[in-house]
Amino acid sequence: MSAYNFAYLDEQTKRMIRRALLKAVAIPGYQVPFASREMPMPYGWGTGGVQVTASTLVPEDRLKVIDQGADDTTNAVSIRRFFEVTAGVETTTEADRATVIQTRHRIPETPLQEGQIIVYQVPIPEPLRFLEPRETETRKMHSLGEYGLMHVKLYEDIARHGEIATTYAYPVRVGKSYVMDPSPIPKFDNPKLNGSPAIQLFGAGREQRIYALPPWTPVKSLDFEDYPFDPSRAAGQCALCGSTSSYLDEVITDDSGGRMFLCSDTDYCARRVQEGA
Amino acid sequence: MNPILRATGITRRYGERIGCADIGFDLYPGEVMGIVGESGSGKSTLLNCLAGQLTPDAGSILFDSAQQGVCDLLTLSEMQRRTLARTELAFVHQNPRDGLRMSVSAGGNVGERLMGVGARHYANIREQALSWLERVEIPADRIDDRPSQFSGGMQQRLQIARNLVTGPRLVFMDEPTGGLDVSVQARLLDLLRGLVRQMGLSAIVVTHDLAVVRLLADRILVMKDGQVIEAGLTDQVLDDPHHAYTQLLVASVLQA
Repeated sequence: MSAYNFAYLDEQTKRMIRRALLKAVAIPGYQVPFASREMPMPYGWGTGGVQVTASTLVPEDRLKVIDQGADDTTNAVSIRRFFEVTAGVETTTEADRATVIQTRHRIPETPLQEGQIIVYQVPIPEPLRFLEPRETETRKMHSLGEYGLMHVKLYEDIARHGEIATTYAYPVRVGKSYVMDPSPIPKFDNPKLNGSPAIQLFGAGREQRIYALPPWTPVKSLDFEDYPFDPSRAAGQCALCGSTSSYLDEVITDDSGGRMFLCSDTDYCARRVQEGA
Repeated sequence: MNPILRATGITRRYGERIGCADIGFDLYPGEVMGIVGESGSGKSTLLNCLAGQLTPDAGSILFDSAQQGVCDLLTLSEMQRRTLARTELAFVHQNPRDGLRMSVSAGGNVGERLMGVGARHYANIREQALSWLERVEIPADRIDDRPSQFSGGMQQRLQIARNLVTGPRLVFMDEPTGGLDVSVQARLLDLLRGLVRQMGLSAIVVTHDLAVVRLLADRILVMKDGQVIEAGLTDQVLDDPHHAYTQLLVASVLQA
């Protein structure tokens, strides 16, 4: 423990990241560049999220880490352990007891509350990246609010598949200004971004960008008038807790076509089972 | 009548060398102007300066905009300039790859400008895309194909549809028929002539092909070494060239 500064990063770095975070919160949806550090894990494993979490943690915090909704997958376990060792903070799996939640690919089913911070791990922060490869050009497009191209992508989806086939990292518009990549959460979770009471912070380590949504920010998923946004969900119920409203994972159980649906949010599911739902 | 475009003193240098020097002209609504000259004469430099893709070292370009009134394209804010470029101006590149999104379907290519100016109704966008494909003679069942699956002539016609869908008032064209074989060229020219007439477009066409300007342009500028050496009505200049270089240019056309 004493070999590390609190939460691994040195104070100078944390200050630098906090400055970026303050700017990001002040300009919702704007991608703030920051000097991302080497972390003791590979890029793509949440280095951005870890740096943001490290800079927001205080010793009194209670941390929850999820990966695809689960508290017990490799990434979640190792990041939680990392902060147990380097920060000595209390950790939890209960979404409503946590003060800071670091997440990859999901927003907990349990509604977030005022005072909580949720940190998203982001692989590619630029929603226009695959449409316009030049960073100079995409920045200009953001600054001038030229977002017609984003709809070209949705148009292509409908032309090819008959519906908007983007199912994760579904682009959103923050208030009336920036178009933002919500990180690869399923579009099922997009409505939870809108007007959330929690502070939402997004960290992209490899791409060196931080952006944020302050509490109660209006967030709208892009769509067409005649093809409105649809937060789709698998038609089924959880085999363990019987939930019909949560986001489901489909699990293949044998080689003869056996399969079942399970809640992707393990904390939500386990508690429903415990309560005898 | 006020000119739709008034260029004065357009100068662009590349270091020591001159791209184009002190060029000025008026273009009136509904008029098509050709710029001819050999490679390196500065015609593309001039066109790129006019279209806002290069910044001239000196000069002014007054454009009579329907939305913003008469404005100098060189001193407009970038946002206004890009808005104009999506609505009232259009640029047809010589190589369709420069003007199209090759990984987006034909319908998406035509719809992009519409979505760029705020269209958010899929069925309407698609309907307009279909009607434009029909006008440029691309079969309706190719709407979901990518331009990379099109022939050169179809790509060029798609590029024209993509540019004209928002009803621009002034179109810049850089060698629109370059690299196409003659029968395809002829149909493309026919199409362009029809569209210019119907829509009352003004256009500036850069080409080294004198047959193209004779068909399309009302007036021409002949350029050499970055200077305009002769200007006037197309037939007048081509049938009775005054400057020695223009005479050479006219005399150099191969007779089929």
